[in-house]
Amino acid sequence: MTATEAETETRYDHGGDEFVYVELSAAMSLPVHFRSLAITRRLGEEAIPGVEEICPSNASYMVRVDPDRLHPRDLVRELQRIEDEVGSLSDGLTVASRIVDVPIMLNDPWTHEVLMKFRDRHQDPTGTDLDYGARINGYASTEDFIDALAASPYLVTMMGFVPGLPWCFQLVPRERQVEVPKYVRPRTETPERAFGFGGAFAVIYPVKGAGGYQLFGSAPAPIFDGEQRLPDFAENDSVVFFQHGDVINYRRVDREEYDDVRAQVDAGTWRYSYQELEFSPSRFLADPDGTNAAMKEVLYG
Amino acid sequence: MTIRVQDPGLETTVQDTGRLGYYSIGFPPSGALDSFAYHVGNALVGNEPGAAALEAVYLGPTLEFTVDTVVAVTGADIPAFVDGEEIPTWESVAVSSGSVLSFGQLRAGARPYVAVAGGIDVPLYYGSRSTYTLVGIGGFQGRALRAGDELALGSDARDVKAGRRLESGDVPVHPSTAEVHLLVGLHSYRLTDDSLARFTDTEWKVTPDANRVGYRFRGAELEFVPREQPFGAGSDPANVTDCGYPVGSVQVPGGVEPIVLLQDAVTGGGYATLGTVVSVDRDRLAQTKTGDRTRFVPVDLDGALEVRRDRLGALDRIRSALA
Repeated sequence: MTATEAETETRYDHGGDEFVYVELSAAMSLPVHFRSLAITRRLGEEAIPGVEEICPSNASYMVRVDPDRLHPRDLVRELQRIEDEVGSLSDGLTVASRIVDVPIMLNDPWTHEVLMKFRDRHQDPTGTDLDYGARINGYASTEDFIDALAASPYLVTMMGFVPGLPWCFQLVPRERQVEVPKYVRPRTETPERAFGFGGAFAVIYPVKGAGGYQLFGSAPAPIFDGEQRLPDFAENDSVVFFQHGDVINYRRVDREEYDDVRAQVDAGTWRYSYQELEFSPSRFLADPDGTNAAMKEVLYG
Repeated sequence: MTIRVQDPGLETTVQDTGRLGYYSIGFPPSGALDSFAYHVGNALVGNEPGAAALEAVYLGPTLEFTVDTVVAVTGADIPAFVDGEEIPTWESVAVSSGSVLSFGQLRAGARPYVAVAGGIDVPLYYGSRSTYTLVGIGGFQGRALRAGDELALGSDARDVKAGRRLESGDVPVHPSTAEVHLLVGLHSYRLTDDSLARFTDTEWKVTPDANRVGYRFRGAELEFVPREQPFGAGSDPANVTDCGYPVGSVQVPGGVEPIVLLQDAVTGGGYATLGTVVSVDRDRLAQTKTGDRTRFVPVDLDGALEVRRDRLGALDRIRSALA
């Protein structure tokens, strides 16, 4: 999180005739992410005709354009103008956020079974994904590594892949961040609600399907509900639970609590525990651990 | 006013122009993979441009009509029959209540479309009738059709006559080697110059792993430029910091199996992409099948926009002529 990371050269490129891809930095950092957020927010407010979809992401963003209404090169000029106006880091930016308690069972039997089927696509065919993650991140034991994964909350810095999947960037200084590669070749199978890790990002897979992230655990509660059966989804009239800018506290649970949450989900009574808050990037960057402690206090009292 | 599904074929789904506006939370557009075939089908039966139609793949469905109506079969080159009599494709055909539409063996292409006057009437889901089977939403109960399903038909069909047809010169041919235009870019700098040249020189073979989410190809090995990976990407040379994937973008995990994303695309991820297939050429990919070959012809942005203009201009001309 140094100034130089936030000031790297922005790269504008065309994703065919319909998309413009803007990479603020090849590397992930919170200052870069917040700049992407400030730019895409401004772009949304300007409501430029021909801009069809705005997709903020980790250290980049993407815009879907109707080239019959707005020439993609003209869009790039608009985006460059907005980037200049927004500046290198918007100190005053705040994000309407929630801190959410998300139970997670690490080293669970379900992802273990699947990951063992795909060792031929993995960097280390002999071990497990957790053992591999612990080793390459310099942890003495897999248990220490698991502790680090659940020690501090994460910020949702991107949504997508499939509906509702949150990319979560752990809110800790760089030297404490976990980083792992994606599989050499993606799996054709990932269990529903798997907790995965790729690059510097944790995710929960909303549904079963293909996937390339290291598999570390399993969440008992759904993050996608296509029929809006559960109250969290019905009351917000949304099929996805998470939003950009949410803060997620992954809380380790054992098999007993996992099964208990599953039973509540089956009964249709499960609700996430969360509190609304304003997330201030500049405050966080000035005092990461203090901000995390204060947010957890809001959530757990 | 229904269609009874006697035999669903391999994977027949309800599709329209797609579900726009939710890409940023992970909803791909879905919608007809071969947009040209879908739009011409609707125009032939007198539907509004966004009416829902059926998209099949490899094997056509067997459908019984419980109403007198007009249908058109477009897309793949496949014999179609009404009550056992072969009917012309790319042409509106009258069917009577009790008639059965069926298909023979695919001759070329991969996906036939069935447009019906009034359109297929399923509930709108996030603004579209398109089926997205990966998460089980939209279309008919969020899934491919099964024997015994009854599909309601829309009632706002204009009065159209049978025998309206697409000029034979406008009927797409489906060569066994498809050529699609590629705008190289995104993370193409991650590949060596040799590998990028190899990508556009190679005739890639469609693997069995080819569906509405994307097509995987085999044919050559590509190499990445060695580098110290940026923080957040992950250590594998194919990794980038996770970002949005354009529909039509080409990624190359492991360097051996390029994947082109189609209408049910995953909307983002962390594998390096080397470029994007021009939108109108996704129609051509949609009509390739396992074992077929594909060549990626490089174009710049102006070239991509020209391909788009030509193809959409032709569609506009055809629609006006049929209106």
